[in-house]
Amino acid sequence: MIGKMTSLQRVLTTLGHKEPDMVPLFLFANMHGAKELGLSIKEYFSSAENIVEGQLRLRAKYRSDCVCSFLYAAIEMEAWGSETIFVEDGPPNAGAPIIRRPDDIARLEPPHVADSPGLLRVLETTQKLKARIGEEAPIIGVVMSPFSLPVMQLGFDRYIELFYERPDMLERLLQVNEKFCEEWANAQLAAGATAICYFDPVLSTSIVPRELFIKYGFPDAQRVIARLKGAVAMHFASGRCLPILDDIVRTGTLAIGVSAFEDLKELKAACRGRLALIGNLNAIEMRRWTPAEAEAHVKECIAGAGRGGGYIISDHHGEIPWEVSDETLLAISEAAHHWGSYPLDWLEKKDDE
Amino acid sequence: MMDPDIGERIRRLEKALLLMDRKGVKGVLMPDDRTFSIREIETSLVPALESIGKGWEEGRIALSHVYMSGRICEELMDTILPAHAPGRIATPTMAIAVLEDHHMLGQRIVYSVLRSSGFELLSYGQKELNELVDYVRADGVKILLISTLMLRSALRVKELRARLTDAGLNIRLVVGGAPFRMDKQLWQEVGADATSDTAIGAVAAVKRLMAEVSQ
Repeated sequence: MIGKMTSLQRVLTTLGHKEPDMVPLFLFANMHGAKELGLSIKEYFSSAENIVEGQLRLRAKYRSDCVCSFLYAAIEMEAWGSETIFVEDGPPNAGAPIIRRPDDIARLEPPHVADSPGLLRVLETTQKLKARIGEEAPIIGVVMSPFSLPVMQLGFDRYIELFYERPDMLERLLQVNEKFCEEWANAQLAAGATAICYFDPVLSTSIVPRELFIKYGFPDAQRVIARLKGAVAMHFASGRCLPILDDIVRTGTLAIGVSAFEDLKELKAACRGRLALIGNLNAIEMRRWTPAEAEAHVKECIAGAGRGGGYIISDHHGEIPWEVSDETLLAISEAAHHWGSYPLDWLEKKDDE
Repeated sequence: MMDPDIGERIRRLEKALLLMDRKGVKGVLMPDDRTFSIREIETSLVPALESIGKGWEEGRIALSHVYMSGRICEELMDTILPAHAPGRIATPTMAIAVLEDHHMLGQRIVYSVLRSSGFELLSYGQKELNELVDYVRADGVKILLISTLMLRSALRVKELRARLTDAGLNIRLVVGGAPFRMDKQLWQEVGADATSDTAIGAVAAVKRLMAEVSQ
C-alpha cells in the first residue's frame, strides 16, 4: 500500500509512468467557479481574486488534483485586438475574426503579453494561486497552439482555405503565432504555472491530413514546445490522435488529452511508458449522466488506462460544460477516488472473471 | 450490384477530390467537356461525397478534406447548374443557420454538400433565436437546418422549437454539429426531426423530410 501523496506528488508519479496512491483526477470545471461564488460568468472572470477563490473552492469540493489558471480561450484573442462575447450560461466566445483577408497577415505582428490586460489577469491569477497552493497541487496554465489559434483569428473555414490556397500566408501566420505563443506560455511558467496545457485541436487527425500535419503542424509544435521552459501536455480537445502518436512523442510533450472518440485501451497500449494520457470522459454526455452512469464511465476509463500509472482521469475536451451538475461532478470524483486507488485489485478480479 | 464503371468513376472522383484536383474532378464528371445530368450527380458525385463523409466519421479522412471537397463540388455545380436553374431542387423552401454560435465551418460544409447534391437553400449565417424565427416565417421555410458547435447553442434548439410551435410554424428541423455527434440522444431531447453526423447524411435527412412535408 502506498502512503497518501499530495496532488503534485500523485501527478508527477503518474507522469513518470509509475503507480501513485491513486489515479489523479483533473476536473476542468472552470466556469463552475462562478456558480460557487454566486457571480455571473463575466463578473467571475473579471478579477484574479474571484478565479483563485473559485479554483480553490472547486478543488476542495471535487478533490481535483490540479488548479487551473485558464479563464477562457477568447482571452488570447483579446491580446490580438478581438472582443470577447459573454453569455450568462456558457463559455465566452471570441468575436469577429481579426484577419479579414489573407493579405492582412503580411502586416500582422505578435502582441506582447504586457500590453494585454486579459493576459496580465491570467498571470496575476497564476501568481496568486501559487501563493495559496504552493507545492500541494500543480497549477495548469493554458495556451492555444500557433497552429490552432488561426481558427479564432480567421474563422475555421477561411483557415482551411489558407492551407490550400495561400501557403505563403499560412507560413507567415505560423511564424507570428509562434513568437506570441512562446512568450505567453513562458510568462505563465514564470508566474508559477507548473505545466502548460498546449491546446492543439487542429493538429489532430480529425482536422488535418497527414501531409499538412507533417508540413506545418508537427514542425510548428516541435519548435514551440522545445522553446518552452517547463512541462507540456498537449490537448486535442476531442480530436483523434492515435495515428500520430509516434510523432507526438517527438515533440517532447509529457502527456496528451485524448478524445472520447478513441479507445483508451488502444491509446494506452500505444503510449505506454512514453506519453501519459488525460481523459476521456465524454463532457457533452456528462450533462445527463446519473450518479450510477458517472461511476460506470469512471470505472471504464480506469480499467482502460489506469494500470501502471501514466494516466489522469479527466474529461475529453479540457472544459466541462456549464450545464454539468454538481451532483454529477461529485459522483465522478467519488468514483475516481473509490475505484482509482492503487493497486487496482478490482481490475485483477475483473480479469479473472 | 453497382455498375463497375460507376464504381470506378466514384473512386476516381473521390481521389481527385481528396487531392483538391479541380481539373481531375471535372474530367471525371464531364469528360470531353460535356455537361452532366442530375442523375450523374446522384450516381457519382453524391456517393463520392458520401464516401468522404464516412471516412471522416471513421477517422480516416480529415475535416479539411471534407470542407474542400464540398467547396470544389459546389463550385462545379454552380457552373453547370446555377443557383436559380430549373434543375435545382428549391421546394419546399429550405434554409440553414448557425444558432447563436460564432463558428461557420459546419454550416459552410453542409450548405456546399447540399448544393453539390442539386439542392438550393437559403444561407442565414449566424442568427439569434428571435431573429431566426422572424426569418423563417418571412421566407416560408419548411425545412430548417441548424449547425452548432457549442453545447449551449445545441440546447437552444429546444427553445427554438418551442418558439416555432408558438408561432404556428410547422417546420422540420435538422440539427448537426459536435454536440450532437458526442451525445446521440441530444437531437431528440431538443425536439429536432433529424440529425446527421456528416454533411452528406443531412442530404438523406432532407430527402426524407421533403417526402413528409409533401404528404
